[in-house]
Amino acid sequence: MTVDTTAALPPGTLAPRSLATSGHVDLADKPFRIALSAAALLVLVLLGAIVVLLFKGGLPALTTFGLGFFVSADWNPVTENYGAAVMLYGTLITSLIAMLLAFPASLGIALFLTEVAPVSLRRPIGTAIQLLAAVPSIIYGMWGFFVVAPLMASTVQPALTAIFGPIPLIGMLFSGAPAGTGILTAGLILALMIMPFITAMFVEIFTSVPPVLKEAAYGVGATTTEVFTAVTVPYGRTALVGAVMLGLGRALGETMAVTFVIGNANRIAASLYSPGASIASTIANEFPEAGPGSIKLNALLELGFSLFVISFLVLALARFLVRNRLEG
Amino acid sequence: MSKIHLVAAAVALVGSFTVPAVAGDFTGAGATFPAPVYAAWGAEYKAKAGAGLNYQAIGSGGGQTQILARTVDFGASDAPMAAEKLASGNLLQFPTVIGSVVVIVNLDGVAADQLKLTGPVLADIYLGKITKWNDPAITALNAGLKLPDLAILPVYRSDGSGTTFVFTSYLGAVSADWKGKVGAATSVKWEAGNGAKGNDGVAGTVKNAKGALGYVEYVYASANKLTTTSLTNKAGKVVTPTVPSFQAAAASADWASAKNFDASMIDTAGETAWPIVSATFILLPKNPTDAAQSAEVMKFFDWAYTSGDKFAEDLHYIALPAAVKDRVRAAWKAEVKDASGAAIWK
Repeated sequence: MTVDTTAALPPGTLAPRSLATSGHVDLADKPFRIALSAAALLVLVLLGAIVVLLFKGGLPALTTFGLGFFVSADWNPVTENYGAAVMLYGTLITSLIAMLLAFPASLGIALFLTEVAPVSLRRPIGTAIQLLAAVPSIIYGMWGFFVVAPLMASTVQPALTAIFGPIPLIGMLFSGAPAGTGILTAGLILALMIMPFITAMFVEIFTSVPPVLKEAAYGVGATTTEVFTAVTVPYGRTALVGAVMLGLGRALGETMAVTFVIGNANRIAASLYSPGASIASTIANEFPEAGPGSIKLNALLELGFSLFVISFLVLALARFLVRNRLEG
Repeated sequence: MSKIHLVAAAVALVGSFTVPAVAGDFTGAGATFPAPVYAAWGAEYKAKAGAGLNYQAIGSGGGQTQILARTVDFGASDAPMAAEKLASGNLLQFPTVIGSVVVIVNLDGVAADQLKLTGPVLADIYLGKITKWNDPAITALNAGLKLPDLAILPVYRSDGSGTTFVFTSYLGAVSADWKGKVGAATSVKWEAGNGAKGNDGVAGTVKNAKGALGYVEYVYASANKLTTTSLTNKAGKVVTPTVPSFQAAAASADWASAKNFDASMIDTAGETAWPIVSATFILLPKNPTDAAQSAEVMKFFDWAYTSGDKFAEDLHYIALPAAVKDRVRAAWKAEVKDASGAAIWK
């Protein structure tokens, strides 16, 4: 897994070589170029088709329920009243928890690997992290459901309640019966899923810091901690944010693992132990039973469109931040 | 091996896996609940008659979609299709096997079928009105049991399912409050509790949390030896979830006057009847585009009615009463016509 730096380069940076070549190469080049352009165009067409399909499919829901669709917390298949607030909340809050847990952990692991760990340890740990990033999400879901959820119910949640319960306001987040599954567990599983992904990118960013900068800092007497905080992290700051955003993009759309552990309830409650629903989990749960031409199917497609928009905004923000660094 | 050889080998390998469609093979799609018994019947039937069933368990909603679009020879649905939808889609609906829904719990010191519940109590638990196991409404029913001061965690199916349709239909039949507030459908707006995906998800969540209560298909509960509960039926008798009590429900249903075989086996009057029982259905076009394929489907289910009960019962499904099977055969003859208007089933 590498950081996608080439994609952020100004267009045409790699192109001039082919223009400079002579005629007989051009003959071979032309069909190749057409094939490549077609492949690239296919991506755009696919993307456009998906956007159009989701938008058109969701439109009846939007015209029926209006913009209230996005603020109504009522998702009732019996009365055919659909609102997306619960799913939007569930998607954002689980991703937020995941980021809060995964960001510091990833930063710690990446700094350890690049600055502190003995060289003999770097490769095995680095490989282990990349392998973790390759574990299919359904495995995380099953593991979360059969191993993590019981552990949360029996140990973690009672302990959290004992620690935070008496504190006003924060205590509310950790109240209620520990069921194991719920918003908190979903956030935790998501954090574990995106952590290897973010860590791998962080390692790439930290190793791309020019050694001369670090050596200079050490040369003027900086400690390892000072080099982290004054050189390594500031140098890669915007790229780090970009990496986090890409991790967030993955967390937002994660489906199976979340469906297993989020508790799947169409309610918003103050407690993080309470069950919730995310956009992706709701679609996974409800889609097979959504009848043809039903308003439910429209509502699900509209949910899909909302998720697409959220993911698009996150990725656009990531691109923007990464670009800033390269130009500045 | 050169690249070309590799490609050739790969093509040959892929080619060997694609079995050409044999004449007489027929396709169906839909409900997941009866999928195991359809698979067993399909395998047995292929060995005997040579024609194979290709059944895709994509969910009842998907089954309805596919048969309305006529992309399969028959659709399958746990929840009966609405009469007007059947009419507009020109479909014949008939039952195949009967299943039941049972309640499972996770409570220390409570053995299978020991805990007694009633429909209204169950509805109040899922409405979030009864929240503790030592609630007077529950202890009054269970004089001999010592129930703890523990929160009840109701668990439901998060995915749309026929099981949920049957269970919520039952709650609606026994509790006016449920009928008014929630209603019955393949997925509903639950007032309390946690949702989990599939029977295994519900069973797993109940197993994970002390004080949890959930509902699953009997087939699943018996195969996994889950702690089931007793229920009080309409006659006021406490019944345990056993095959005879399901058969009693099937026998006491009013098949004669039911339109589209949509005979309710929910909360029937039978003295020994289990109250949450339901059939699963097949949807067959009345004007099939391919009469021969449709004939194959009817031949298959005729065989299943005649010789398939054994396989169904091995898998803990309940066979249809013989009289109902004859009614279905009569319906095939009367309603499924080919292009010239002649009956396909003779």
